[in-house]
Amino acid sequence: MSGTAPAIELKGISKAFGPVQANKDISIRVMPGTIHGIIGENGAGKSTLMSILYGFYKADKGEVFINGTKTEIPDSQAAIAAGIGMVFQHFKLVENFTVVENVILGAEDGAMLTPSIAKARKSLKQLAEEYELNVDPDAKIEDLSVGHQQRVEILKALYRQADILILDEPTGVLTPAEADHLFRILDNLRNEGKTIILITHKLREIMEYTDTVSVMRQGEMTATVKTAETSPEQLAELMVGRKVLLRVDKKPAAPGDVVLSVKDLKVTDGAGVERVKGISFDIRAGEIYGIAGVAGNGQSELMEVLGGMRTGTGTISLNGEPVDLTGKYSDGQSRRARGISHVPEDRHDEGLILDYTAWENTIFGYHRDPKWSSGPLMNNAAIIQEAEAKMQRFDVRPPIPTLKAKSFSGGNQQKIVLAREIEKNPDLLLVGQPTRGVDIGAIEFIHQEIIRLRDEGKAILLVSVELDEIRSLSDRIAVMFDGKIMGERDPETTDERELGLMMAGISEEPDKPAWKAVEENLEAVEHGEAPKHG
Amino acid sequence: MDFLTILQVLDSTIRLATPLLLACLAGLFSERAGIFDIGLEGKMLAAAFFSAAVAYMTGSVWLGLLAGIAASMALSALHGIASITFQGNQLISGVAINFLAAGMTVLIAQDWFSQGGRTPSLTGAGRFNSITLPFAESLQSVPILGPIYHDLISGHTILVYVAFLMVPLTWWILFRTRFGLRLRAVGENPAAVDTAGVSVVGLRFAAVGICGILCGVAGAYLATALQAGFVKDMSAGRGYIALAALIFAKWRPWYALMSTMLFGFLQAIALRPDLIQNTIGVKVQVQLLDALPYILTVIILAGFVGKAIPPRAGGEPYVKER
Repeated sequence: MSGTAPAIELKGISKAFGPVQANKDISIRVMPGTIHGIIGENGAGKSTLMSILYGFYKADKGEVFINGTKTEIPDSQAAIAAGIGMVFQHFKLVENFTVVENVILGAEDGAMLTPSIAKARKSLKQLAEEYELNVDPDAKIEDLSVGHQQRVEILKALYRQADILILDEPTGVLTPAEADHLFRILDNLRNEGKTIILITHKLREIMEYTDTVSVMRQGEMTATVKTAETSPEQLAELMVGRKVLLRVDKKPAAPGDVVLSVKDLKVTDGAGVERVKGISFDIRAGEIYGIAGVAGNGQSELMEVLGGMRTGTGTISLNGEPVDLTGKYSDGQSRRARGISHVPEDRHDEGLILDYTAWENTIFGYHRDPKWSSGPLMNNAAIIQEAEAKMQRFDVRPPIPTLKAKSFSGGNQQKIVLAREIEKNPDLLLVGQPTRGVDIGAIEFIHQEIIRLRDEGKAILLVSVELDEIRSLSDRIAVMFDGKIMGERDPETTDERELGLMMAGISEEPDKPAWKAVEENLEAVEHGEAPKHG
Repeated sequence: MDFLTILQVLDSTIRLATPLLLACLAGLFSERAGIFDIGLEGKMLAAAFFSAAVAYMTGSVWLGLLAGIAASMALSALHGIASITFQGNQLISGVAINFLAAGMTVLIAQDWFSQGGRTPSLTGAGRFNSITLPFAESLQSVPILGPIYHDLISGHTILVYVAFLMVPLTWWILFRTRFGLRLRAVGENPAAVDTAGVSVVGLRFAAVGICGILCGVAGAYLATALQAGFVKDMSAGRGYIALAALIFAKWRPWYALMSTMLFGFLQAIALRPDLIQNTIGVKVQVQLLDALPYILTVIILAGFVGKAIPPRAGGEPYVKER
């Protein structure tokens, strides 16, 4: 080890955005030919650090060494020249360009396009063979699945001769099989001597795939350890700064009467595409019914119909009474009156009004409640007082009701939404992506609240793309694919492999390796009526 | 309607379509790069005034043309600084430029020439004169093709030929060069361009600059080729019509040629109410004919021509996300 210089060495990197110190005196060494994980909660400064390395931001202080040589990285051009490639969490692709056009953008060989494209086509073919990075060079990005789009991002970096590849939360949008394929690609790249930095908040990925791992907390690097010498519990503690319960602790469910009954529900979206294709299920009091699936397979539309945000056909009944699906009483207001609370999937667009204060956000949807009014006016003082109590109980930090919703972190915003919806004591709680973009400490709290509600005998419908979350919270798991329920499973007896296959639309176990079946299936879907992911 | 009359109408279609085409291509460069430009109108107007004024004062239409381009470029730079550098609202900046141009041109014209806000008439070398293409006279007697060549294709000013040559050139730049690829990318997803190590600001300024040049030529054409001097508000909404034509053309150069020719044709027949009366046998109000291009503009903007998808990052200032 002593003979080789580290592929990347950062010394004393600091960066502040206004009063917020995003990175504090960070030093790190990554050896060539390794996969190095960087883990930390949202806002811990992981992405900022990598953006500095990629020349997207300028560090206030500190030095960067690439392969032992001190290197200035004022912009992305310099990072690319130093052999650094980055796959962002939100892909930086031009949607209506072809794969090959995206690959050459910014790395053209001359002023004319034709020779550049010919050259790129050849080198794409080579890279595809070398690293299992197959993708049609003439396909338009918008026609590709998310997994294939990610391959284009990796190809872009490799085409620019990157030796160091940074991936920011690469598996957030992938099915388990797609994620497996990605890690096989990364493995190949490592074997070729490339250095990989993997930013993630998923402890499992760190444990399984990395050689070394650095933990960040509140802008500081708290530890760098060999993966083989650490444990998920230790990493979680380093991330949060206290002991964290990783497994959700819950008693067996005690299901009561059927609360929600859905029969043959169909939903067609504004573009005339059928998104939910006739699904039926029951949820009982005191149970959590989890719906797993890759984003975009009809879960969102299902939640929106149940929450009164769009119309559908079929029958829904709540506590044995029919629920209006298309008429006058099919709106969110009527749903709430019937005892259905809704924590929407997208808290920024649907759960909160970010420019409004926290206390205003704690009554939206319930603002007609007479207890908030005094005559024609709102009784603001009472609302603020109540909001403060709710924020205390749901551990919203800081518990200041007059702050705007946008000034809270993701986890605390989600707690505000939960406080509003749970405090109404609903019969049925609809929860979509409750922990998306929420840090570990807050995840623990949110999960406990959901289970507490279940133990009080409420029915809960949970939709999440995080398979781990579905598995640890649900009492029954349904998998949605292409608008249909592929089947129901008992979380005690099923495993990730089986659920992963169902998420890719495969119900039986084939003989061929799972990832291959999934690959073929996705390709088939892509060419026909594709369920668009993301 | 005889053959010669048809040729006359088509001939004036070409003359009237030229400023629209130049302005439309100007908008195409800017909007393909993600900068909406409602200020085409103002830039044309400013260019029309300064080209006429300088052409009158120096007696050289070429200096006039340069002055027109310079005026238009100055307004383009203003738009670029407001909307690219300071990430302001592109519509507001464009509207401001239109107001500025409408007021300033008349004010300065009155101050310099004291003719009620117009420039003196241009004559001789102060105007672009028509060019007779080679063999036009000798081929005139060839049936059908002769008159087409002589009356329709030959006999325009140099700017008309420039405008029409700009169409294939624009197509080639956009779809066959590195600059074009980057320009289109920056209008679709500037973050992709930025992370590829290419300057978003540089590309957008280049696009706005090209827009300024083309608007300058369009304005100069109005005052020194189509007319003989500047009069108040002489652009007469052509900048807005060009924007409608651009949407109609779905931001593509060849379609831009076709859509501006359509508008040019409507303007051309508005000049010949007698022809309409002879053809359809009913007298149509001149006012209605004059309004036709504007009515078509409204129809196009109301979306009756199918879905036009603008460049996805259009109108949005580029801010690096954290």
